[in-house]
Amino acid sequence: MTKSEVHTPGRQLLSGNEAIALAARHAGVALGSGYPGTPSTEILENFARYGGRAQWSPNEKTALEVCIGVAYGGARALATMKHVGLNVAADPLFTVAYTGVTGALVVISADDPGMASSQNEQDNRRYAVAAGLPMLEPSDSQEAYDFFGQAIEISERWRIPVLFRVTTRVCHSKSVVQPVAGSAAAPKPEFVRDVRGRVMIPAYARQAHRRLRAKLAEIAAWNETGPLNREHPGDPGLGVITSGVNYLHVRDAAPEARVLKLGMTHPLPLERIRAFAASVRRCFVLEEGDPYLVEALRAAGMAVEGKAEMYRYGEFDVARVRRILAGDTTPEAAPAPGKPPQLCDACAYRQVFGALHKLQAIVAGDIGCYTLGALAPFEAMDTCVCMGASLGVGLGLRHVLPPEQRKRVVSIIGDSTFVHSGINGLVEMVYNPPPDGHVLIILDNSTTAMTGHQEHPGTGRTLEHQATGRVVFEDLARSLGVKRVHVVEPRVGSDDFERLLVDSLASGELAVIIVRRPCILIAKQLKEYERQQTEQECDCSCATA
Amino acid sequence: MRDGVTNVVIAGLGGQGVLKASDILADAVFRAGHDVKKAEVHGMSQRGGSVNTDIRYGRKVYSPMISRGEADFLVVLAADQLEHNRSYLRPGGVLVEPGMVDASRLTNKRSINVALLGLLSRQLDLPESCWLEALAANLPAALLEANREAFELGRTGAHG
Repeated sequence: MTKSEVHTPGRQLLSGNEAIALAARHAGVALGSGYPGTPSTEILENFARYGGRAQWSPNEKTALEVCIGVAYGGARALATMKHVGLNVAADPLFTVAYTGVTGALVVISADDPGMASSQNEQDNRRYAVAAGLPMLEPSDSQEAYDFFGQAIEISERWRIPVLFRVTTRVCHSKSVVQPVAGSAAAPKPEFVRDVRGRVMIPAYARQAHRRLRAKLAEIAAWNETGPLNREHPGDPGLGVITSGVNYLHVRDAAPEARVLKLGMTHPLPLERIRAFAASVRRCFVLEEGDPYLVEALRAAGMAVEGKAEMYRYGEFDVARVRRILAGDTTPEAAPAPGKPPQLCDACAYRQVFGALHKLQAIVAGDIGCYTLGALAPFEAMDTCVCMGASLGVGLGLRHVLPPEQRKRVVSIIGDSTFVHSGINGLVEMVYNPPPDGHVLIILDNSTTAMTGHQEHPGTGRTLEHQATGRVVFEDLARSLGVKRVHVVEPRVGSDDFERLLVDSLASGELAVIIVRRPCILIAKQLKEYERQQTEQECDCSCATA
Repeated sequence: MRDGVTNVVIAGLGGQGVLKASDILADAVFRAGHDVKKAEVHGMSQRGGSVNTDIRYGRKVYSPMISRGEADFLVVLAADQLEHNRSYLRPGGVLVEPGMVDASRLTNKRSINVALLGLLSRQLDLPESCWLEALAANLPAALLEANREAFELGRTGAHG
């Protein structure tokens, strides 16, 4: 980069998430929807900041379904989620692969190798194979920007959803981006009836599956010479086949190597890869996570080397890539542990976990800041599986444990997580109540705190903090038939919560305790949102008066 | 400094301004015309835990991450975060730590992150204008003056 380029208009330092958001804006995406989840969250926030129409949905399944409707309507749609979110959205994903779309649909899967902030490190490249979708994998912010435009083109050309896989280091690393001048003209939304193409009853779905496979065969042929894969010329002594951020690691770790960098990793350009493998003396497949590429290439008859099994775990960096290429399987030095995160000193949830610890409750927990209640000094959480699981797991424990144990079981879930997939569990609790009842604690701090304070349907504010419809948890619980519904504000020096919990556990009935106090980190902002809302309401009434 | 790429690790605790300091540094080198990459981990780190960011800049940067033993500079915002980060420094690498700045001279104690950037700036070949522009672009107007002072305190050498 020369100094003369410093002031090039548009040259920007962007995170991968910002680059995707900017590309979506430039591509004329009509609607972005998703559910917050590290490392994907900032995509929609920035899409809104750039002037795009973005919204949080209650969960990833709903978000994807909304986006499917947008794409059926002929417009361009963006669905965002973290890797485990795609599990929630898998049901619509597999069948929209069959129906295809009229406009464009790009589904972002933000994977987290190494689990910087996740409950597992599943490799969502497997979803592209399982659902039968084209998959793109950018390696840095410039590619995140460029590939997004390609994803829209592929989606519209073949009328197929595109899986756009990024990882923590792509999402949250900043690098230089030169955007393309001018925005693409977006298609005009229009409904065109296509019952056989869109209504997946078995008779129509059988045909749709064949259409999907025919599209994939065409895309595979296109990908053989397509622009998304490129080769770095180097010494034929070592050839490396890789994708995503690992391309960047290998360029540092083995600068002399010849590298085939795959931008579209499903369907694979097998003949191009075969030619590359034949051009080098040693051919190594470098991939984080599952041995997806190496298995596919070996199945296609290529004698390629892969990493040792010990490198399935965790994310890569340059030093690990050096070890992997050298076949070094000696134990890796464990990094010295840093300070673990903890509940904020003034967090209202501390009182809740203090009481649960004191009462020796058996706690089926859930996903959010409050999962930190599992750590010292509280150690007041016994299970954490996935979003919304606290309800079902707590109920299952209640169904089988002996009475002296089951009477101590509680489910605990945060407000955003409750809306995400806890409501189904509450319905289950009413429908299949355990013999001694059950206690559900909803920790309502008026925000999705862990991911950086996003709104959700329980706050009554949109992604951009504007007033909208609100789901009132106590009303919902009562409407479902729960008789014991309590709302309590935890205050220093008060034992209201603990007494409520003791009473509820002793009642032998179904109880919902909503612990409500805004997160201290956003208390000031909340007041500001409320002030703006009051002003707007005042303007309205004045205008109509 | 392998291949003309400078590696800086900034480490501290969530809430100390580690990410802000790394944004300012990355923006300053970006403004000076370098290729730059910055890597960090969000999420759990927001709750007071250890936070690290890697900033790499030069003519052409590939990996956004810095491996242990390869940092030219290690900036530590909390003294107790030094031990488990020390191994990032390459032999002969430079450590910048809070004790090197006279914190009592800070208008706002929270500006220690920017004061340490000022100290770091003495060793990096970047025009001061890029630093000042980066400060202005990454800090709210109300905090800018206190942070400019903090930067100056570090840059001119608090302990001589």
